[in-house]
Amino acid sequence: MPDILSAPLVVEFPFTRSLGPVQSAFLTGLRERTVLGVRTGDGKVLVPPVEYDPVTAEEIQDLVEVAATGTVTTWAWNPHPRRDQPLDTPFAWVLVRLDGADTALLHVLDAPGPDAVHTGMRVRVRWAGTRTGAITDIACFEPYEGEPGGSAPHDGEFADPVTGIVTPARLDYTYSPGRAQSAYLEALAGRRVVGERCPSCLKVYVPPRGACPTCGVATDERVEVGPRGTVTTFCVVNIKAKNLDIEVPYVYAHIALDGADLALHARIGGIPYDQVRMGLRVEPVWSEGNRHPDHYRPTGEPDADYDAYKELV
Amino acid sequence: MRDVAIVAFAQTDHLRRTDELSEVEMLMPVLHQVLDATGLRTSDIGFTCSGSSDYLAGRAFSFTMALDGVGAHPPISESHVEMDGAWALYEAWVKIQTGEADTALVYAYGKSSPGQVRDVLTRQLDPYYTAPLWPDSIALAALQAQALIDAGDTDETALAAVAARSRADAADNPHAQLSGPVPAGDYLVQPLRTGDCPPVGDGAAAVILAAGDTARALCDRPAWIRGIDHRIEAHGLGVRELTESPSTRLAAERAGVFERPVDTAELHAPFSSQQVVLRKALGLGDEVRVNPSGGALAANPVMAAGLIRLGEAAARIHRGESDRALAHATSGPCLQQNLVAVLEGESAHA
Repeated sequence: MPDILSAPLVVEFPFTRSLGPVQSAFLTGLRERTVLGVRTGDGKVLVPPVEYDPVTAEEIQDLVEVAATGTVTTWAWNPHPRRDQPLDTPFAWVLVRLDGADTALLHVLDAPGPDAVHTGMRVRVRWAGTRTGAITDIACFEPYEGEPGGSAPHDGEFADPVTGIVTPARLDYTYSPGRAQSAYLEALAGRRVVGERCPSCLKVYVPPRGACPTCGVATDERVEVGPRGTVTTFCVVNIKAKNLDIEVPYVYAHIALDGADLALHARIGGIPYDQVRMGLRVEPVWSEGNRHPDHYRPTGEPDADYDAYKELV
Repeated sequence: MRDVAIVAFAQTDHLRRTDELSEVEMLMPVLHQVLDATGLRTSDIGFTCSGSSDYLAGRAFSFTMALDGVGAHPPISESHVEMDGAWALYEAWVKIQTGEADTALVYAYGKSSPGQVRDVLTRQLDPYYTAPLWPDSIALAALQAQALIDAGDTDETALAAVAARSRADAADNPHAQLSGPVPAGDYLVQPLRTGDCPPVGDGAAAVILAAGDTARALCDRPAWIRGIDHRIEAHGLGVRELTESPSTRLAAERAGVFERPVDTAELHAPFSSQQVVLRKALGLGDEVRVNPSGGALAANPVMAAGLIRLGEAAARIHRGESDRALAHATSGPCLQQNLVAVLEGESAHA
């Protein structure tokens, strides 16, 4: 059993989302220190407001300005804030029903400790210094002892309305490829290509994924394949990839290594792009510091017969 | 309606980490167990449906890799839900009802160990008003738990008792990740302590469904699905009454739960407080054996834990330990979406 490999893996994406008319008014309102709700057909005021009535699915657009003060309807003390949460010191998660609203908004409450928080306590919005039209324009809530605020109709009209938001999302993982792929990667470090044979149909898979997709059983017999192989099909790449220092055009090919029943893919070098052909015999070219072959180049052998690789095209 | 039964169930041991296994390597043994139990081969299966989420392990299109473990070539009739496998079972049940299949293989898997599942689950929330705050799964459950405490439905002592009973029951479950005496621990997010929260881990499960006489041929005592339904509530947490679960109640009504008493209930309540909500919604009294497996507080492979509730309930019927069982699965924050099924052994109808 080889060592189990692992590596950090970060999945990060800035989701760009367009806003409906109610969402746009609400988030633009936050930028302008104004909290808007929306009135449903039966007269309830929803804050935060949504485009469609959650009960009837009716489209709703009747906006109402509510107060920036409200009442905690439930809370939970978070002693260990996590990376992207609104405050980096211990805080309470709260649902707050703002004065003039019938539903509660999820946010956080800055308080000295759990003993200072209770359901029914009065709070007000603490606005963020820099506001862009996002839920985080509310920095947090804070305890508030003053008079309750009221509500008033609002047309939802603002100069320069926010019509979209960008919400970055990042998740961190420690990636482990599992038994079969770990063994494959370990072998590559020694410049050997090792696949696995299915005990049922006897096909050899490279790279191995741990299971035979035809038989649905574990592949566990290691089989060294190659190093030479045959081009089964290929394409000519004419677009230069970002951060890739390879002149175009170049050829990217499927290569059936000798002894393998599944073609892997790699770049073909050492031959003009327009002379690469199906059946071309190739071998790997390794470079220092890379676990995978840099590319494959012609061996100079005669081309393979089509019949020899047609099952792998 | 066609009579459809769960005729086989298998699950992995649920573990904190399975670094040595890829998802398909973790899944394959349970697929083989249910096929072996019924004597079916992949080519005999009419429909295959799975439940999983790529976000858990951060591995794109992992469900296509998992299909390697099924033996999906030549091509099979197959589908996938980015949900708990309980909903994959529902899809398979519908497929059999259409008459297009007589048997179905349903499986689910989740590897939470590569990532931080508390953070991963924030990505399922409303992306405009909620997800930008990164409220993690424990924080949201804690808001619900505090609402229950404020309403007088429970207190921290009662929640600790729910957790203790779950782990005590799990002592008889060889697959459980957490069993026996488990300390209540510190607050993760007050009022929930570590003991009130599910263990984080990796695991997989599989069941086979079959219709009518096929089911009788494959299993001595099939667990017949007498009713199954799922319902969802609004996504806005502040719109919902968090101490109630109207979606569970409605799904249970439509599944026929209240027509006759059940003797067993497998509830998918990852947090101790959620078992309080579900018991109330389902009207379960002390005469009903709740979560003899230990439930999700003993093992919570995300995306498989709901399917496991259906499997555990079915397995008790297979073994003659239950005649009429309720199985429940949940999805989303604070029990947002709920599936309820009623399973029966044949003799209960005699």
